[in-house]
Amino acid sequence: MMAINSSAHHNDIADIGVGLNQATVAFPADEPLDLDSGKTFGPFTIAYNTYGSLNAVKTNAILICHALTGDQHVANCHPLTEKAGWWSELVGPGKPIDTDRYFVICPNILGGCLGSTGPASINPETGAPYGLKFPVITIGDMVAAQHRLIDHLGIDQLFAVLGGSMGGMQVLEWASRYKDRVFAALPIATAAWHSSQNIAFHEVGRQAVMADPNWQRGDYHAHGVVPRNGLAVARMAAHITYLSEDALHEKFGRNLQNRSDLTFTFDADFQVESYLRHQGSTFVDRFDPNSYLYITRAMDYFDLAAENGDVLANAFRGTRTRFCVVSFTSDWLYPTRESREIVQALNAVAANVSFVEIESNAGHDAFLLDEPEFFATIRGFIESCAAKRGLPTLDRED
Amino acid sequence: MLDKPKTLHATRVDHLLIAEMVAPGSRVLDVGCGDGELLQLLADTKAVDARGVELSRERVNACVARGLSVIQGDADQDLGDYPDQAFDFAILSLTIQATLRPREVLENLLRIGRRAIVSFPNFGHWRIRTDLLLWGRMPSTPNLPEPWYASPDSHLCTIRDFVELCELLDTVVEEAVAFNSSGRRLPIERSLSLQNLFGEKAVFKLRHRAPTRDI
Repeated sequence: MMAINSSAHHNDIADIGVGLNQATVAFPADEPLDLDSGKTFGPFTIAYNTYGSLNAVKTNAILICHALTGDQHVANCHPLTEKAGWWSELVGPGKPIDTDRYFVICPNILGGCLGSTGPASINPETGAPYGLKFPVITIGDMVAAQHRLIDHLGIDQLFAVLGGSMGGMQVLEWASRYKDRVFAALPIATAAWHSSQNIAFHEVGRQAVMADPNWQRGDYHAHGVVPRNGLAVARMAAHITYLSEDALHEKFGRNLQNRSDLTFTFDADFQVESYLRHQGSTFVDRFDPNSYLYITRAMDYFDLAAENGDVLANAFRGTRTRFCVVSFTSDWLYPTRESREIVQALNAVAANVSFVEIESNAGHDAFLLDEPEFFATIRGFIESCAAKRGLPTLDRED
Repeated sequence: MLDKPKTLHATRVDHLLIAEMVAPGSRVLDVGCGDGELLQLLADTKAVDARGVELSRERVNACVARGLSVIQGDADQDLGDYPDQAFDFAILSLTIQATLRPREVLENLLRIGRRAIVSFPNFGHWRIRTDLLLWGRMPSTPNLPEPWYASPDSHLCTIRDFVELCELLDTVVEEAVAFNSSGRRLPIERSLSLQNLFGEKAVFKLRHRAPTRDI
């Protein structure tokens, strides 16, 4: 769809070896999704990337779920930013998620803005973008849409589902809703419910978008404007929560930006200000403001315990999935104790679970970085699951 | 390159004794599993469904990286999360002396496992008694190398002490083996007093007196 064909040229150069295929699948209006809100929604399209090839018995598929501002470009050069894929350190030939051996699928979420149906997509009833006519969706709805995609691909059971942050929420939802279809699950830097503090930060972001006069009550497409400033402020605030105080201090301290003295103005005197402004302004070039509202709302609504009679363990009762839960020491957005709650619930149903806390000062964003201990853990877990599933392991390869 | 599971088998006598007590193909939880040596032994030689709990973050990560199902956790705090009889064997290998509340840990072990297997260093060993008697000092042995102020072992006991705790908890001792410093088993027919005097470590296989289905 958009921009993908035009960017094919540099993709071909940058992505040799990952076996990239970019595709979309459209589900017609007579096969709508039953949303958690009680509404139905359709038609809808899911855009997805795949890497590597599916084996004949379709047992080597790994689904990667992206986070709030991620997308399907997990291991290839991004068509808009021209940066490396957001998890290209983890996913690729010979990487822990080895595209030489696994068929990796990464869909853009429902409600997203890079090819899957979202609030910026055209509403077939009006011929104009949905805007606020797009239904409020949940993490469960995103996963239900992915479930359609996996059915469409003819895959009975995913070998693994993994994701960090909101991607981890989707992993938990997959493992809970579709137990027989997930052999291994890796919820990373995530939680089984969105905390009050996280809802609070999201509300700040949404209010920043909605306070921008260009937002036009969500109808900015019709007015030919974009609430850039509002979305940039939302991104700046959110970005702080993805880091840690130590990481910010180490990176910027109180260093000044290209100047030797304070200017006694409201310019970006400090490097950290300049950095955040840059984060904000580049984000608005690739993200739809209404998408940001809808996706943050879906995260706020996420509460896997509430979906299961207020007992989180009920979400996993009867599971045969092998779990690997990962948290990071400096992640204060999804702190280790929230991962431990997931582990406790899994233990309560005697599930097969591994849990590691990785030492890192990078904050929540650590899950996107090449932390050696993190990658060694993922690789070891995936390899042991491959052996259990009868898939080729590194040991058995020449 | 992937670190291949290392075959470190047969380095610890208590591990071999425990492995003899574990039924093939059973579900096993090793509490305080360290670097996963015993779990690996049990997985390789007994084809068990092996799980572990370990306090040290580094050791947990090493276990998971070598393909074992291990969680970072604490015997004193986290055993309560498991349902009754979730495992065929709940193992506490040279760990009970380092727990804060050994009695509660053992009770939990007997609750979540149909059988519990516990190994521990015997503080009744003659060399320890002699140290204390002759020199009036806390013993320092290869099993207890740390000085008293740095030792993680806050609840040391003798074999006789442990048997008493088992009785207190209405527990059936199905097997008890003591062995000396060279790893030789002390003959079963020896009396408790002699085991308590000459055994450097002991391994107990236990079950709660309430009837447990055989596995």
